[in-house]
Amino acid sequence: MFEYAPAPESRSIVNIKPSYGLFINGSFVDGSSSFKTINPASEEVLSEVASADASDVDKAVKAARTAFSKTWGKMPGKERAKYLFRIARLIQERSRELAVLESLDNGKPIKESRDVDLPLVAAHFFYYAGWADKLGYAGFGPNPKPLGVAGQVIPWNFPLLMLAWKIAPALAAGNTVVLKPAETTPLTALLFAEICQQADLPPGVVNIVTGAGETGAAIVEHPDVNKVAFTGSTDVGRIIARAVAGTQKKVTLELGGKAANIIFEDAAIDQAVEGIVNGIFFNQGHVCCAGSRLLLQESIQDAVLEKLKRRMTTLRVGDPLDKNTDIGAINSAEQLSRIRTLSEIGESEGAEMWQAPCDLPAHGFWFRPTIFTGVSQAHRIAREEIFGPVLSVLTFRTPAEAVEKANNTPYGLSAGVWTEKGSRILQIADQLRAGVVWANTFNKFDPTAPFGGYKESGYGREGGRHGLEAYLAA
Amino acid sequence: MVKRRLRLVNNAELTRILHGLPGVDKVGAEARAASLGTRSIKTTAKAWAIDTAIRMVDLTTLEGADTPGKVRALCAKARQPDPSDQTVPSVAAVCVYPSMVPTAAEALKGSGIHLASVATAFPSGQAPLSVKLDDTKAAVSAGADEIDMVISRGAFLAGRYLDVYDEIVEVKRACGDAHLKVILETGELATYDNVRRASWLAMLAGGDFIKTSTGKVTPAATLPVTLIMLEAVRDFLAETGRKVGVKPAGGIRTTKDAIKYLVMVNEVAGEGWLDPDWFRFGASTLLNDLLMQRHKLATGHYSGPDYFTLD
Repeated sequence: MFEYAPAPESRSIVNIKPSYGLFINGSFVDGSSSFKTINPASEEVLSEVASADASDVDKAVKAARTAFSKTWGKMPGKERAKYLFRIARLIQERSRELAVLESLDNGKPIKESRDVDLPLVAAHFFYYAGWADKLGYAGFGPNPKPLGVAGQVIPWNFPLLMLAWKIAPALAAGNTVVLKPAETTPLTALLFAEICQQADLPPGVVNIVTGAGETGAAIVEHPDVNKVAFTGSTDVGRIIARAVAGTQKKVTLELGGKAANIIFEDAAIDQAVEGIVNGIFFNQGHVCCAGSRLLLQESIQDAVLEKLKRRMTTLRVGDPLDKNTDIGAINSAEQLSRIRTLSEIGESEGAEMWQAPCDLPAHGFWFRPTIFTGVSQAHRIAREEIFGPVLSVLTFRTPAEAVEKANNTPYGLSAGVWTEKGSRILQIADQLRAGVVWANTFNKFDPTAPFGGYKESGYGREGGRHGLEAYLAA
Repeated sequence: MVKRRLRLVNNAELTRILHGLPGVDKVGAEARAASLGTRSIKTTAKAWAIDTAIRMVDLTTLEGADTPGKVRALCAKARQPDPSDQTVPSVAAVCVYPSMVPTAAEALKGSGIHLASVATAFPSGQAPLSVKLDDTKAAVSAGADEIDMVISRGAFLAGRYLDVYDEIVEVKRACGDAHLKVILETGELATYDNVRRASWLAMLAGGDFIKTSTGKVTPAATLPVTLIMLEAVRDFLAETGRKVGVKPAGGIRTTKDAIKYLVMVNEVAGEGWLDPDWFRFGASTLLNDLLMQRHKLATGHYSGPDYFTLD
């Protein structure tokens, strides 16, 4: 038997400090209280991180305002670009360090942080660095102006990548930022703060304030913030939308999803199976655009499910730092309990659960790759975002039924279409109400492509030329 | 289902079967192959993989300049790849031209090592069927117990599937008890869809192994092509109950490459194929790299190439 020996990436490359302060006005300062961040794969405490209260947030916003009016807002685009290119290069140079830290704090497998997250993070900074001196050609008027101070709140599923999606376009457009990383994954943002220092970024242009929901609320509600950008749950998105209603603040929200991954009978089946796996098990299913609803054409249902189950038995669940791990740890005890609850609901509603047979580590937060068959549109596991490695399988008979079921959700972030027939791709994609439609692939990202949702998946676009609009007074 | 339909086989039937196979998405297949290539195989897993790979080698010489002396040397190496280390296993087979089969048969006697001969107007396959059959019979009667035949790529690409099918059936008959490996020459088939169809065609016609390449055409074996073929044997077993082997040949020169193939066998076809009876490497230079890496793993240091025999 071919047993892969452990192949752990060394964690000695990253030096995690016992405690971190808040990054305000170019240096680390103490907060009034603190919280611990743990490794979800072992529950070991990694570091103690300052928690920012309203007065800390106020200091950060003031620093950002000063930087905006004194330096960054007035700086020519080509000068801003130099800083952004410098940051992008530093990210590349320190990518192994960042990848290891990301996997430690988040629980995602090193092969994903190394091969997906970090290359995309650097690519975002390179891409928007290129825009900094060309804003007049972006289609928002000859001389578009920045908004001012951007308050940004990001989730724990792609900590550094979401930071890049927020900070790179904001800085390229000439804004300054106050960013709050998620409570469970603050460390790579703090390492990014060190990179800002290393790049000699003027003080106050980037401020990182760590903390929980109250810190985020203080940013969103701060009167001197011109722009709010949030990625996270639809529930929190609603609270933010309410908080900024009636103010001058511009808002972009990137919220939940329950994407349909539609497999037609004429699809390339083996690659579709890979797409299903990538769609729902990538990053433990902690992906807002995950293909969490599989829509299978009835004629190929048995064949695909058989291949899918076979493929799932080869998924390697375990130590996120092992280079052969496919599925890492669930990010937090809280998220694990939500996944468990919804899975139990799925069973009690009558869907049939199947899990890949695999051993789980004794410590940490883990959930086996899971599929539910016999799911109907009325089941909660077909409607609610589980945000975990749990796939709901539904079937359809005609293309019209596939479209109808795919669109029958309050969300509309992404969708997948699998068919070898080119005309069908265009016909179906045209009818899907989703911000991104992938054809014969899934979960592919590129800094040049705009990303965002329909309906309760939020509004505004991030990425590409479109992503600049959110940070310009167009 | 496939078996029943084949009794009334004609070209239209065969075309419907082959064209009814699910398509292959090129981008997706290549991405899957690349992702399997990132598996990190270390320490005990690497040691196991190296010995398994050595046991799977079809040690090959297919040159116009081959001599009985060279073939005898190759056979000695096949028996005992590393004279300084008795723990190194023998290879699976020696693969030569038909004219060298008598020499090789003599040299391999009693070793348990299989003797493969290319046949059917290798490498082009451009000869009348009667010549191909005589070629096969001569190799078998001289002592080859494995025949590596080439398909007529011209007929395949023209859609004359039945001609290719019939030819494989005839050669299989001429093989008698010898195992038949069917070389698809994937480097000339142009698309992965064709690789899948040719794989099924060869399996339906009775091939015991499907093999990527002659080694005389570039590209020879690649990971994505082998992926498609491993999927084909896996699906064929599920559908018909008959197990067929896979042999990538040509261009696999390093231990690192060989391990990538083994990972792919393990995760795509399954561990049932991780055996010299079901998976082979058609190679010549690969063996020495496997020996060098084996030595490195055991002793912690590399030896120069002069510490391993030429062939």
